Amino acid sequence: MAINPNLPITFSPTHRLQWEEAQQKTVILYPEGMVELNQSSAEILKCCDGTHKLADIISTLEAQFATSGLSNDITHFLEIALTNGWIQQN
Amino acid sequence: MAGFNKTNITPPRWLLAELTYACPLQCPYCSNPLDYAKYSTELSTQDWQRVLSQARKMGAVQLGFSGGEPLTRQDLPELVKHARELGYYSNLITSGYGMTEEKIIQLKQAGLDHIQVSIQASSQELNDHIAGTTSFEHKKQVAHLVKKHGYPMVLCVVIHRENIHQMPQILEMAEELGADYLELANTQYYGWAHVNRDLLMPTREQFKAAEAIAQAYKEKVAGKMKIYYVVPDFYEDRPKACMNGWGTTFLTIAPDGTALPCHSARELPGLECPNVKTDSIEDIWQNSKAFNFFRGDEWMQEPCRSCDEKTKDFGGCRCQAFLLTGDAHSTDPVCSKSPQHHLVEAAITSARAQALKPQEKTLLFRNSKNSKQFN
Repeated sequence: MAINPNLPITFSPTHRLQWEEAQQKTVILYPEGMVELNQSSAEILKCCDGTHKLADIISTLEAQFATSGLSNDITHFLEIALTNGWIQQN
Repeated sequence: MAGFNKTNITPPRWLLAELTYACPLQCPYCSNPLDYAKYSTELSTQDWQRVLSQARKMGAVQLGFSGGEPLTRQDLPELVKHARELGYYSNLITSGYGMTEEKIIQLKQAGLDHIQVSIQASSQELNDHIAGTTSFEHKKQVAHLVKKHGYPMVLCVVIHRENIHQMPQILEMAEELGADYLELANTQYYGWAHVNRDLLMPTREQFKAAEAIAQAYKEKVAGKMKIYYVVPDFYEDRPKACMNGWGTTFLTIAPDGTALPCHSARELPGLECPNVKTDSIEDIWQNSKAFNFFRGDEWMQEPCRSCDEKTKDFGGCRCQAFLLTGDAHSTDPVCSKSPQHHLVEAAITSARAQALKPQEKTLLFRNSKNSKQFN
């Protein structure tokens, strides 16, 4: 599913993003399931706070990691996240 | 102990808290033990709080409040609150019986994450017959209320020969109720379902037709409703990777505090299952005989032992192996490589013969009176 660049992105209210001390990982929790995230995926999802659009998220993360050219990777991951229902746009 | 290797022990991730065996429903495929009536003592609120804290400390994160009917426990909101404070993702697995809007709100405030409501069929008559109680309309109301109060709504329908023909209507009902997830759980033949197997197991033709309908619907509702289809393993070539491997992920605590590597393990001989009243979760998980009994692969018999798929399915289900062959160490007979696979074929044939007969036998419903004959 494609990300609409004109709408802010929100982490799904029916999922939970949580740091797990025992696993030393951020995870997504949902009914009877869990997805373990790597650090970059976790950082992207933390930006999905309902106020930022795709371009804001890309620039925030590029600044945070002092790098450029993350646009494709971030967009691709957010498309997967949208398909899986981890994030919403509306 | 076979397969015992301390360095390989992974921490529990899933805690199933069976709060009680009390249940107003009488489903004839219930996974509770047949002799549940003899376990009348229940853990106290403090016991459960200690169990939740200890398991969370080890890394358990998914928590199921189950039973019996967990709503019969008056301290449920208190336990939910404790679980939320510890950082669990809490799932309430309920029949919906006894649920009110007030309770749904109270549990939400306590921090409950999700409510799974079971429905027995798509029609009132069949639902109420299978559940052994008038409950259909109320269950639908509960499903609406779960949705209304912002929970992800999971509808669970156990599939068997009496309702498999309703597959199209079940799917429509789930969509109409706005389910976020629909779990179509083909009956697994343990506990009460094992006793009623001849009357519950669909024929291969029925199963194939229903599966095709469910798979097609999956595509139709993609992005709206997720369908979890639990396969009936009697019609598979390979067994399920039961519990993701023994003592690797799942921890069940029964109402009386018995700790089990899976909710059916109570019926396996020789495990000497420990109890949380006397042992800590850490000690139970790491050191108990029961949790180490089928860890790893040294316990395996042939053909599992030399099979290149043993790391994928771990030899299948120990309870199924025991129920069908009498030996919990044997290869799960569901596997076509099992020398005892004919037992599965015989079960299918026997159920089919029963299906073609005018109904002579009747289902054995799960209730205390029936349970007492197994004590």
